[in-house]
Amino acid sequence: MITVEHLTKTYGPHRAVDDVSFACQPGAVTGFLGPNGAGKSTTMRIITGLTPATSGEATIGGIHYRDIPNPGTQVGVLLDASAQHAGRTGREILALSAVTMGLPMTRVEEMLELVSLTPSESKRRVKNYSLGMRQRLGIANALMGDPKILILDEPANGLDPAGIHWMRSLLRMYADRGGTVLLSSHLLHEIEVIADEILVIGQGRIVAGGTKEELLQTAGTFVKAEDRDALGAAATAAGLTVVTSGDGLRIEADPIEIGRLAAGRGLVLAELRAADGAGLEDMFLQLTSQTQRDHVAPTTGGVA
Amino acid sequence: MSATTMESIHTDRPGIPFSRLLKVELRKMFDTRAGRWLMISIGVLAVIATISVIAFAPDSAITYGTFATAFGVPLNILLPVAAILLVTGEWSQRSGLTTFTLVPNRGSIIWAKALAAVLVGVVSIIFAFVVGALGNVLGAAINGVDPVWDVKVEQFFTITLSSILALLLGFTLGALFRNTAAAIVGYFVYGFVLPTIFGILAAFQDWFKDLQPWIDFNFAQTPLFDGNLGGQEWAQLGVSGLIWLVLPLALGVMLIMRSEVK
Repeated sequence: MITVEHLTKTYGPHRAVDDVSFACQPGAVTGFLGPNGAGKSTTMRIITGLTPATSGEATIGGIHYRDIPNPGTQVGVLLDASAQHAGRTGREILALSAVTMGLPMTRVEEMLELVSLTPSESKRRVKNYSLGMRQRLGIANALMGDPKILILDEPANGLDPAGIHWMRSLLRMYADRGGTVLLSSHLLHEIEVIADEILVIGQGRIVAGGTKEELLQTAGTFVKAEDRDALGAAATAAGLTVVTSGDGLRIEADPIEIGRLAAGRGLVLAELRAADGAGLEDMFLQLTSQTQRDHVAPTTGGVA
Repeated sequence: MSATTMESIHTDRPGIPFSRLLKVELRKMFDTRAGRWLMISIGVLAVIATISVIAFAPDSAITYGTFATAFGVPLNILLPVAAILLVTGEWSQRSGLTTFTLVPNRGSIIWAKALAAVLVGVVSIIFAFVVGALGNVLGAAINGVDPVWDVKVEQFFTITLSSILALLLGFTLGALFRNTAAAIVGYFVYGFVLPTIFGILAAFQDWFKDLQPWIDFNFAQTPLFDGNLGGQEWAQLGVSGLIWLVLPLALGVMLIMRSEVK
């Protein structure tokens, strides 16, 4: 189990990780979701002891990563698939790790087979690898020591849909055996496909967390009106939370209430439904809109 | 396998022995194209230097000392570069992300690298001595003279020491800069620019002339080639070595221990 408590990392005035706390449970795949630069990688580097934290603590099974004896055999880590010596062959990179961990060379062959890198591919230098191949190599490297905890930063990046499906089965199997998996992504559909638990991070802060089911269950109503701004203003005036969603609005109220509100004001509606079908996409955009770089949509009360 | 056995971290497992790290670091010196060619070129240059002496040196210069000097020059340039690459590769190629997650104890990685570089250095030097000896015998035979063995036993050690010091200086610069280009430029500034500046300074400033052997590491190493080192020469080597090697290396190691690996 991975425990992160009040973790903060500052670079000068910039707070890359800001009071982040969470726990990854065994038997589940925890997805770390956030836009680029949100602090996912920094958090993962702190957990694995590569980056010193400014304050707070990260432990694995109750101890610091650096105190784990032969950590590769207990925690599998992939932080950046492209961070390998470009002049080494894929097989040699795995061999170096095997020697370090004290594993037999047969393990290298097993891992190459597991991630479907052919013998001829494994003898090529990493500079000639596609991103997808580098990811497979990185996953092979992380799994080689048969660890019970996996920490993977953007492992699905560069994988094709079949590759993502393969990774889902692989991580599912790991979690079902009681393993703990923490993986990050900036792409919602990857997390939606792979993870059981989701943590959403934006500008260094955890903005939402829970099981996929909990987070998918969006409250409220999606509504499109002829005069969106007028409806938004009316709902805000009625004390309701209003969020712009595409060319419509998402309002924290039952559809019938919105219908009454619109009828009372004589506003014409084009669409009115419970926002349950919106999925994580809306949640992700909504949760990160206030912390994202691109300010495109006005948020709550923007029309009032 | 139950969830509870999967969950816990074992703290009683054996750690990673130093011998395994040394093996890995030695392997890293040869398993890239750049590393392998660097090692091959050390061998090739020792042979070329020996052949050049046979071909171009006058009969009177066909002595083992000439051969030793001829292969010493390429060795003292290439060995430090090999040491630099072994350190900086972890940062410039970013393989440190894997290395330091598999081995969180960065200090042992640094010492394994240093020892690996020294071992490879010593083997290269022994190889060069052997090639030089063959060259001396061959050169003397070709030129119809008796082979001259003008290298004293202690000179083998002092010449080896000078090459190892050059290698360690490269290692130090690698640890200090963690950037291949900066470390190599730094090595050439140290090896070729500084001696000139110190030389000019010593020629025109009397106060510096006496001070030079104590603070100029290159200058303090010159006696290593003739093997005539008394107590004062060793002391000068120690003091200048402290300034140019020990303190910067300590600083470099400290930076590596504290820095962020990205």
